[in-house]
Amino acid sequence: MSQTTMQGPTRRHLSDRRVIQLFIVPTMLLLILMNIFPLIYSLYLSFTEYSIISTTAPEWVGLQNYRDILSDERFWENFAITGRYALYSVSLQMIVGFGMAMLLKEKFRGSGLLTTLILVPMMVSPVVVGVFWRNIFNPSIGILNPLLGYQNLETSPEWLVEYPLYSIVIVDVWMWSPFVMLLALAGLSAIPDYLYEAAAIDRASSWFQFWRITLPQVMPLLIIAVLFRTIEAFKQFDLVMGLTGGRPGTETVSVRLYREALQGQFETGSSSALAYIVLVIIIAISNLYIRALNRVREA
Amino acid sequence: MTRKLGTLAILLAVLFVGFSGNSAQPVADAQDGVTELTIWWAEWDPANYLQQVGNNYEEETGISVTVVQEPWGSYFDRVAAEWAARGDSYDMVVGDSQWLGQGVEEGHYLDLTEFMTSEGLAETVTPATLQYYGEYPAGTGQYYAYPTEGDANGWAYRKDLFENPDEMAAFEEAYGYALAVPETWEQLRDIAEFFTRPDDGLYGVGVYTQIDYDAITMGFENVLFSYGVDWADENNNVFDVVNSEAAVAALELYKELYSFAPPGTDNAFFAEMNDIFINGQAAMIMNYFAFFPALDNPEINPYRDVTGYFAMPAGPDGDRFAALGGQGISVNAYISEERQQAALDFIRWFGQEEVQAEWAALGGYTCNINVLGSEEFLNQTPYNAAFAETMTFVKDFWNIPQFGQLLEPTQRYLHSYVVGGEGTAQEALDGMAFEHDEILIEAGLVEE
Repeated sequence: MSQTTMQGPTRRHLSDRRVIQLFIVPTMLLLILMNIFPLIYSLYLSFTEYSIISTTAPEWVGLQNYRDILSDERFWENFAITGRYALYSVSLQMIVGFGMAMLLKEKFRGSGLLTTLILVPMMVSPVVVGVFWRNIFNPSIGILNPLLGYQNLETSPEWLVEYPLYSIVIVDVWMWSPFVMLLALAGLSAIPDYLYEAAAIDRASSWFQFWRITLPQVMPLLIIAVLFRTIEAFKQFDLVMGLTGGRPGTETVSVRLYREALQGQFETGSSSALAYIVLVIIIAISNLYIRALNRVREA
Repeated sequence: MTRKLGTLAILLAVLFVGFSGNSAQPVADAQDGVTELTIWWAEWDPANYLQQVGNNYEEETGISVTVVQEPWGSYFDRVAAEWAARGDSYDMVVGDSQWLGQGVEEGHYLDLTEFMTSEGLAETVTPATLQYYGEYPAGTGQYYAYPTEGDANGWAYRKDLFENPDEMAAFEEAYGYALAVPETWEQLRDIAEFFTRPDDGLYGVGVYTQIDYDAITMGFENVLFSYGVDWADENNNVFDVVNSEAAVAALELYKELYSFAPPGTDNAFFAEMNDIFINGQAAMIMNYFAFFPALDNPEINPYRDVTGYFAMPAGPDGDRFAALGGQGISVNAYISEERQQAALDFIRWFGQEEVQAEWAALGGYTCNINVLGSEEFLNQTPYNAAFAETMTFVKDFWNIPQFGQLLEPTQRYLHSYVVGGEGTAQEALDGMAFEHDEILIEAGLVEE
């Protein structure tokens, strides 16, 4: 009888390292295929004159696309609109969201149900929200003007014509303030009670407690909320298209990008350059927020 | 044994042919190798009608026809992506007239000139539809599509308002002529003004204003063309053409019409037009004929029995034009010759007068001259007469490969002025002309 037969068949065991590789390699391949390659390829395209629907190959033009964008007044206007929109929208969301969180901080009968209901808007598809609010704003059939006391159609405001950017801000605040509220609530519930008890013993006023305990404690989560909402505001597209179709005065950078890249023009080279400019801006703003977050944490 | 087997084989063959009956042709076609054809079109009712016609083709030939429908919003994107890949996912595409330039110059469409002219197919459709749906470049006699779904802008109006004796008397007293279907744009403007009564929730007119794709341009060019203006002259010069005095007058009139439209129609296209009519908010609406079937449905339109239709009115010099909608069917240049032949066979069959009559009966808008002129077609729906009239004076936007680039500033300037009220008509058209000129220079169509 041979030795092999006596010991039985040998079983090959996979090392931990091998198992890790087996799980990670497909993920990495997928990531490279779906994320890294398009990122690098679009960077290359941003230096070319190219249309994706054309049969001609990309032609290298160096920095020309970037120069064209940065010297085009209309692009600056797009950036200005996007900046204004982000500023108004994020500021209001922080105020409304944090305010709601303060009101819902204390538990009361039905507070759970109320919190859930408040969260509903952010779960609805932005396109649906756009159509929904377009009807609300409609001066002929919408309910907003009658609710505000306007009875005469002739004197009723046409929100989407007279205040298009503010209308989009209103809808965005309605939709995303609950997100800020959720993060703020998480921060508020994590504040230890003994801090307030100690402050009460010291006869600190409510304002003092808010300013010196509540706000600093919840600040890291608020900065994260600002970070997320600012990034989203800079990418705002669906609400704009749903509400105003991206008419002049509401043409954000993303709407312009869509028009350049897809809508009839298919300027793949210059739209890639524009996408990279937006990416750099978002990374820069994110960095500022992250630094602020780190400073708050260290403090 | 061999003889027995041979006899058995013959018997089986005879039995097979006997049971096949009328379907001998499918066997022959199947033997040719093409047993199915794929047509791409946008997602709307006419595509369903084409599918029904395609089912008849299968019954007759055994070759199945599948009409793949894509939502309008992403239709061009999908076709363009297939063009870029030189793909063969479709055999035929029912494409917009504006796509012709790109489809031809980049080699995506098969040249149908010989096919259309040698068998007389080109002569079966109205000249205007052949020119705008099939010919590229204009005036060359080179054809790349068979006019399939004729469509253009027309008007629906409330007959109960127009024919009300009190309204008629009041109108005549105010404007000095009888209230009737408008024959000129000036009359249409007067009627729109007359019926604008915000206190009653009634407005005179509904016009296209949507900025998303091409709606406001299509709406405006109805007036522009009728005022004797084109998008450029024969040498592609745009200055003193699209910003000429006549063009300014046309744009001012279009803006005036918008002032008689119901509030909330600041980004309106076909759906909104039908909505305001059905809601009783508008006395008249402009819309593509393809969307009028909804108004002829009593379950949708409470004013169905008092809804009338008319073709575009004339400009100051009597010119009449309507913005073209609709599409022609083209053959994919990247499929095999065998499939191209099968696609041409389908178009030949589809172009027959009896099939076109059936296509029209289903709800498709035929471009066939004889069918359009037949009493049966004219009386089939209340809007067919206006449609047949319109098909003789249709006109289109640019159809060169740069049409998308030209469309973007057109939409922007028109919407800014008409809806946004920014600047003057002259300033809007000057800005538009300047940007059009830059695009045409870059495309090499105009000298700098």
